[in-house]
Amino acid sequence: MKRANPVRQRLAALSLLGIPLLTYPLLSLPNGNWDGIPAVFLYLFGVWTMLIVLAASVAERWGK
Amino acid sequence: MLSAGFILLLSAAYLGLLFAVARFGDARADAGKSIISANVYALSLAVYCTSWTFYGSVGRATSGGLSFLTIYIGPTLMLMFVGVIVKMIRISKAQRITSIADFIASRYGKSQLLAGLVTVIAVVGVVPYIALQLKAVAASLEVLLDHSGSSFVLPMLDSTFVIAALLAVFTILFGTRHLDATERHEGMVAAIAFESVVKLVAFLAVGLFVTYGMFGGFSDLFRQAAAAPELARLLQLDSSRAGTWTALILLSALAIIFLPRQFQIIVVENVDESHLRRAVWLFPLYLVLINIFVLPLALGGLLHFQGQDFNPDTFVLTLPLSRGAEVLALLVFIGGLSAATGMVIVETIALSTMVCNDLVMPWLLRSQWLGVGERKDLSGILLGIRRAAIVVILLLGYIYFRAAGEAYALVGIGLISFAAVAQFAPAMFGGMYWKQGTHAGAVAGLLGGFAVWLYTLLLPSFAKSGWIDNGFVEQGLWGVEALKAQALFGLSGLDEISHSLWWSLLANIGLYVLFSLNTRPDALEAGQAERFVDVFRHGVRESDARLWRGTASVEELVGLLERFLGPVRTRQQLAAFAAAHGANDWKVLPADAEFVRFAEAQLSGAIGSASARVMVASVAREENLGLEEVLDILDEATQVRAYSRRLEIKSQELEAATTGLREANERLRELDRMKDDFISTVTHELRTPLTSIRAFSEMLHEDPEIDLADRTRFLGIIVNEAERLTRLINQILDMAKLESGRAEWATEEVDIGEVARETMASLGQLFRDRGVALESEIPPLGPVVLADRDRLTQVMINLLSNAVKFVPGATGLVNVRVTANGREVRVEVEDNGPGLTAEESLVIFEKFRQGGNTMTDKPQGTGLGLPISRQIVEYFGGNLWVESRPGAGAKFIFTVPLPALEK
Repeated sequence: MKRANPVRQRLAALSLLGIPLLTYPLLSLPNGNWDGIPAVFLYLFGVWTMLIVLAASVAERWGK
Repeated sequence: MLSAGFILLLSAAYLGLLFAVARFGDARADAGKSIISANVYALSLAVYCTSWTFYGSVGRATSGGLSFLTIYIGPTLMLMFVGVIVKMIRISKAQRITSIADFIASRYGKSQLLAGLVTVIAVVGVVPYIALQLKAVAASLEVLLDHSGSSFVLPMLDSTFVIAALLAVFTILFGTRHLDATERHEGMVAAIAFESVVKLVAFLAVGLFVTYGMFGGFSDLFRQAAAAPELARLLQLDSSRAGTWTALILLSALAIIFLPRQFQIIVVENVDESHLRRAVWLFPLYLVLINIFVLPLALGGLLHFQGQDFNPDTFVLTLPLSRGAEVLALLVFIGGLSAATGMVIVETIALSTMVCNDLVMPWLLRSQWLGVGERKDLSGILLGIRRAAIVVILLLGYIYFRAAGEAYALVGIGLISFAAVAQFAPAMFGGMYWKQGTHAGAVAGLLGGFAVWLYTLLLPSFAKSGWIDNGFVEQGLWGVEALKAQALFGLSGLDEISHSLWWSLLANIGLYVLFSLNTRPDALEAGQAERFVDVFRHGVRESDARLWRGTASVEELVGLLERFLGPVRTRQQLAAFAAAHGANDWKVLPADAEFVRFAEAQLSGAIGSASARVMVASVAREENLGLEEVLDILDEATQVRAYSRRLEIKSQELEAATTGLREANERLRELDRMKDDFISTVTHELRTPLTSIRAFSEMLHEDPEIDLADRTRFLGIIVNEAERLTRLINQILDMAKLESGRAEWATEEVDIGEVARETMASLGQLFRDRGVALESEIPPLGPVVLADRDRLTQVMINLLSNAVKFVPGATGLVNVRVTANGREVRVEVEDNGPGLTAEESLVIFEKFRQGGNTMTDKPQGTGLGLPISRQIVEYFGGNLWVESRPGAGAKFIFTVPLPALEK
């Protein structure tokens, strides 16, 4: 059998990582604020951006 | 400055610009130079961000805080399951699928019923969403006009109607330019990508203006909000709504691929699968950027307009206007217009394709009303139907907008639409990954899910708008408590969207699985299931041709194509098909299964798979294959594939084995030749001493008169030759023993220096006889190795006697050097003889291959000494080699490893 595409698997793994990180109960962890900005605001955008950066680094190596 | 005429002119100019972009894209596509790059594709996905995002997100944030983010996190996570999307694209290309209705219908046996059902769900679910876009444009226009105090130019004409009409014309112009078998619109995609950039720039501009112009940046804004008690709660997530959070992520993850416009953009308009690698991160990045300023804008608006009555949905416009930034407000207005028009154009194109192919065509084909059976060219009618469908859909949207007005039904419609298209999920995913999913299951699931959605979400929204009695929401249908529309069976504590999503998906999945497990697919459906689920394995459609059996005529099929595609496109497609099959003219092609398949695929692109199948069946007499037979063929095809794969592996192995054998054969031939050489050499070598022994013996025997001196000399020669003969025979035996591994070895501690000195002493006479100088550099107490003393002596003798043979007399010099490093002893025997060429340096270690030219010179040795020596040294774990250049002498070196130090 042909081996499954590793890039697709890595991206799917990223998504599976993102699901618990961006939902409850982990989402209730960040509390308080940093320089006035709510921690949960920073957490959401931070994790989201991190996932995108990782996805970009995986995807752009596709087929190279 | 902000007069109605100016705004209308600006809008028209903007639409004109869009149209120019689209025409440019179409022109480039026609010229074969597509402008759809990975970036354009990724940006066009942002048609997901409608005016509901552009204006509505801020509104949502003013009441729900950060919960609006779920609508964008879901798509991010979904897109990363690239395998699912690639599979959808691959199936759609293979089956010529042009809409999500076609996808589901095609999978479950090209069913017209399913195609129609999906279309109805999509239209019912999405038309209100289109109305929402019209409302957004109308509302934004109203804000601008209110601000300038002017009114619309033509009071009897409703501005929203004008916008709807403009959009209809616009959509018709580049959505239905021609009928295409692939139903792709590159110009439209280019325009959508352009719009995506415009709305992002506009939104970021207003975000920066408010955050940094009106407030002192993020920190300042959030601090001020935290100080206001009614705003502070927006800064934190409400963990009691954890269920809603997850439900909305799931809902938006489904919407990103199942909304008709998203399916159109992601799947149908995809020109190259590899574009996904950009889309998978660039589109989510777009979503992050367009969302960063949503909460700051919401907070900014609430802080700025505290105590006043302002619509939070229009904060993005009213905030800059409140500071007199009219140019920015205009930019925002254009951005919102972009968001609305992009959505409306793609959505109506996708819906019109579905309505035309899956609702109108089946009905037209069945009824004799239009004389469709006789009409020659139907491609015009087809385009007409699409255009009419676009107008009707936009009209429906407009009517809905008029009817709903400011009612609740419009505000919540975005998510209600999402929940409607989420009903496609079980049939879609099941269809792609579960062969057992059947037509009956899909119909039951869709109907069940749709009904629950209608009852728990759409009708209650009508009730809240006051259109229908809200008794079924408040008291339950017929007063039955368990049937309360938004607390079904007592399930409460959820918001209405999650409530509806869980119940409808439960009904949908349950019915889909239940019916699928209890029905058997027919032959056609089983074949389609196989093709969908195993699309990655069905690279070559070898079994397809066998799945159709019957009789057809090329003329009739071509006639059919011409009626639906028009003569010009038909000829183009036929020419391409003929060329692919190595024929000059399509007229010579046989009306075989492959041709029928081609015709059906072309028709599928134009009128959908279900209608295409009906049309092809009307001119081709197909024999019905039984389910068993279809399964057999598919099974066989799978087996054949497995066999051929195995065969391929076997033949590769065979090839490798053949190569190995050929090499072995070459080697054997070489060995055979060497053996022949060996025997003739041995014979020759043995004969030489024998001949001289015999000659001198005969002389002695026949002539008793020979004087004593001669007799002694002759006897000396005989003894020498006999010795040489013995030596030769000994060496041959030795060699044979070494090679067969039967040699006996003693292992003792041997001082190599001593061995060298002894050998030099014993051969000293030989060197003195030839006048060759023998020098040495040997440590007094030589290195000790574990070896066989006699064998090492044999090697030394061999190397020294070789050296003395080849150096010139009188000036000859042989130097013996013994050194040792930590690991091994190194013995060098260097001479100043004629040296060896690189090739000779190798061959002298082969048996009977001697230095010098053996054809002319008398052989000076047996030709076995070096091979034997090498075998001995290698036995002790060392190496024997020569370093030499012609004319520069030769240095024979051997090494023997030192025994490991014991501690």
